Amino acid sequence: MSQLAGAPRRPYPPAPQRIYLMGTCLVDSFYPQAGMDAIQFFQQLGIEVIFPQAQTCCGQPAWNSGYEAEARAVARQQLRAFAEDIPVVVMMGSCTGMMHHEYPRLFAGEPEEQAACGLAKRTYEFSEFLIRILNVGFHDIGKTNLSGVDSPVIKVALHTSCSTRRGMGLAAEHQALVDRLPGVQRVEPERVTECCGFGGTFAVKQADISAAMAHDKAMAMAATGADLMTSADCGCLMNISGTMQLLEQQGQCQAMPVKHLATLVWEAAQSSRVVVQEGEA
Amino acid sequence: MSELRNQPEFIELTEVVDREEHEFADMAARHFKARAKMALENDTLRASFRGASDFLMAKRRSVFPDEEMLQALRDRGEAARQRSLQDLPDLLELLEQNLIANGIQVHWAETAQQANQIIHDIMVANNARSVVKGKSMVSEEIELNHYLEARGIECLESDMGEYLVQLAKEAPSHIVMPVIHKNKQQIARLMHTRATTPDGEAVPYSEDVDDLIGNARAILRQKFRQADVGISGVNMAIAETGTLLLVENEGNGRMSTTVPPVHIAITGIEKVVRSLSDVPELLTLLPRSATGQIITTYVNMISGPRKAEEPDGPEQVHLVLLDNGRSKMFNHPDLKPTLQCIRCGACMNHCPVYARIGGHAYGSTYPGPIGQVVTPQLDSSGGLGVHADMVNACSLNGACGEACPVRIPLPDLIRKLRAEANAPVTVQHDGKPHVNGSGSHRSLAESLIWQGWSQLHRHSALYRLTTTAITKGRVLMPSKLSPWTNTRVMPKPAASSLHQLAKKAGVPSSAADIKTAQTPDATDNREGKS
Ligand code: SF4
Repeated sequence: MSQLAGAPRRPYPPAPQRIYLMGTCLVDSFYPQAGMDAIQFFQQLGIEVIFPQAQTCCGQPAWNSGYEAEARAVARQQLRAFAEDIPVVVMMGSCTGMMHHEYPRLFAGEPEEQAACGLAKRTYEFSEFLIRILNVGFHDIGKTNLSGVDSPVIKVALHTSCSTRRGMGLAAEHQALVDRLPGVQRVEPERVTECCGFGGTFAVKQADISAAMAHDKAMAMAATGADLMTSADCGCLMNISGTMQLLEQQGQCQAMPVKHLATLVWEAAQSSRVVVQEGEA
Repeated sequence: MSELRNQPEFIELTEVVDREEHEFADMAARHFKARAKMALENDTLRASFRGASDFLMAKRRSVFPDEEMLQALRDRGEAARQRSLQDLPDLLELLEQNLIANGIQVHWAETAQQANQIIHDIMVANNARSVVKGKSMVSEEIELNHYLEARGIECLESDMGEYLVQLAKEAPSHIVMPVIHKNKQQIARLMHTRATTPDGEAVPYSEDVDDLIGNARAILRQKFRQADVGISGVNMAIAETGTLLLVENEGNGRMSTTVPPVHIAITGIEKVVRSLSDVPELLTLLPRSATGQIITTYVNMISGPRKAEEPDGPEQVHLVLLDNGRSKMFNHPDLKPTLQCIRCGACMNHCPVYARIGGHAYGSTYPGPIGQVVTPQLDSSGGLGVHADMVNACSLNGACGEACPVRIPLPDLIRKLRAEANAPVTVQHDGKPHVNGSGSHRSLAESLIWQGWSQLHRHSALYRLTTTAITKGRVLMPSKLSPWTNTRVMPKPAASSLHQLAKKAGVPSSAADIKTAQTPDATDNREGKS
C-alpha cells in the first residue's frame, strides 16, 4: 500500500453514508462512463450516491472569461441542485476549484452567500475524496485488467491539471490514488507541472499559443511510453489526446488511449478487494 | 574606417544583425496575435526562452530547498508589501521629508510625459549633454531614451543586457534579463558589428563571455567618466531614513549613481517602504526569486549627494516619483495587489505562455503575467482598449501566482481585467473605480454567446435536452471545428450523456428518490465493450 500524501490542506469529515455526485458538463457529454464508473464504485462501497438531474455546469467557462453575471446565474442552479448538507464529489479538479474557491467570491454580498460558502466547504475532488476521506485501499486479488490495454504491468501516465495541482493542491492525492492501484505503474511526463495549454476559452481565443503548449505536452506524454494516460480533468484529456492523435497521424509520435481517473479506479477495483480504511488517514 | 569593418565576414554579419533589427521592428508594428505567431514560428527565439525558463526555474528551486520555509518567507514578503501599501500616502510624505533632509531633491510626476520633462529640465539646468543609465524599467515605461534623444541628448545604457538591447535597437524582453531572447552567437555578432571601442574601432568577433563583458566594460568605463548625468532605477525607497536602495550585479548601478556629477533616480510611487527593517524581508526574496541568487553582487544604499568633506559622489541627487496610473491601482478595490510587485520577474520565468512567445510579443515594457496585469492599468499604455488581447493570453494555470514571492494573485487579477474589458455599460457606470478601456472589448456576438450559454446552463431541463441532442446528434458533429481541430483530432461526444445513463440506471436524483429506489443496475456502455 502506498504512502499517504503529505499533510491535508483542509479539514475532512469521516466517510459519509451518502454523497452527491457532480458529473460536470464535460464528463456529461464526453466521458459519461467515468461518471457511471464513479457511481458504481461508491455504491459498491455501500455509499449512497445522489446524482441530481438538475445539475448542469459549475459556471467556470464564463467566470474565467470575465462574464461574472452569467457565471453567477449558472452557479445558482448548482446551489439549488446540491442543496442538502452532504458531501459533493466532483469529477473534475477545475470544477472543484470553481465551487470550492470561487463560489464564496462569486456570491459575496448576494442573498445566496451563505449557501455558496456551505457548498464550497463540502465540495471535494474525486481523488481527494478517495484518499482523504475514504482512504481507500485496493487489495490485489488477481490480474488487473484494463479495457483496451494488454500488458503485465500497466504503465499509466498521470496528468494532473493545473487547477487540481495548484488551485486545489491535490497533486499528491492524484499520485497516491494511482500508486494504490494494484498492477499499475505510475509515470509522469517531463515538465510535469507545466500547463497543457487547454485553459477553456484560451484554447480558442489564443489558439496558436494553446496549440504550441499542447504540442509540447503531447510529445512529452507520448515520450513516457505509457500504456494509457489518465487525468481527472477532461479538458486536458481532450486537449492532450486530441493533439497526440493528430501528431500520430503525422507520424510524429505514438498516441495512447486515455481514461478518466474514475474509470481507471473502477476497472482496477474489479480485480481487487476495495477497503475503506477511514480513521487511519 | 578600421580594417575589421572592411572584412567580408564583418559585412555579412552586419547584414544578419540588420535583418534581426528589421524583424524586431516588423514584429513590434503588429498586433498581439500576429506578434505571438511570429514568435512561435521563430525556432531560435523559442529555444532561447525555453532554455532560459528551465534554467531560471531550476536556479530558483535550488535556493528555496525547503518548501515550508519558502511559504513562510512569502507570507512575510506579502505582509511587508501590504504594510507599505496600507500607509502609502503617509509613507510618501515621510519619504519626501527625509529625502529633502538628506539633500535629495524630490519631484512628483503624475504622467510619463511629466516625468520625462522633469528629467529633461534637470539636464537643461545643468547644461548636460550625455547620460549613462543604470537599469531602470520605469525609464523604459516612460520611454525616456526616445524623449531625451529627440532633444539631442545621448543616452547610453550601462547594464550589459540593456546595452546590447540598445545596440540591437530593440526593447528589453524581460524585466530582469533584458537580452534573454538572444543567444551567444547573436550577442557576439551584435558586439562585433555595432559596438565601437574607445579608439573608434570595431570589437573583434568573440563568443567568449569574458571577452564580451570585457569589451563592453572598456567602452562603458570611458562613458561613465564623460557622462554629465547618471540615471538609475530604485528597488526600494525607505521612508524613515530617506534612503534609495538599488540592487545589481554588474557595478554599473554604482558607477552611474556615483561617477557623474548629477544622479537622477526614477521610481514608481509604490516602491516606498517604511523602515530599514522592512528591507531584509524583501531582499531575502528578491534576488532568490529573480535569478536564484542569495544576494546580488551589489546592494547600493544612497542617502544623499556628496557631502563637503567627501572626496567623491554626485553633487546633486534627484528622485522622480512617478504615478502613471498607480494611484488608480491603489484606489481599485480588486486590483490594488498589482502594486505589491517587487519586479523580480519570477512570474515570467514560470509562465508557460511567456516561455513560448517571449517578452517582445507582449508589446509592452512589462511582459509576462505581471505585464498582463500592470500594462492595461498604466495611463501611458492606452489601457484595455489596446491591450485586451494580452489579457486573454493566459490559460489561468496559476504557475505565476505560485512563484510570486509577495503572493500577488496574478490569475485572479487577469480574470478581473477580462471582466473589465467585457464590462457591460451598467457596470462601467456603477460609480466604482474602473480600468481605462473598461468595456472596450465587449462584443455583441460574444456577450450574446455567453448569455445564451448562461440561459442553457441555468435551466436544467433545457440543458438536458441540449446534451441529449448533442449525444444523439454526434454522428452529425463536424469533424473539423477551427481553431481546435487545426492541431487536434475532434473529440467525439458519447452516445448517451451521464444524466441519461444515471437516470436509466436508476441513480437517485434527490434524497426523496432514495427511499423508493431499488439497488440501481448500472449499465456499462463503455465504447467498444461488448
Ligand atoms: S508579480 Fe510577483 S513574481 Fe511577478 S515580478 Fe512582481 S513580484 Fe515578481
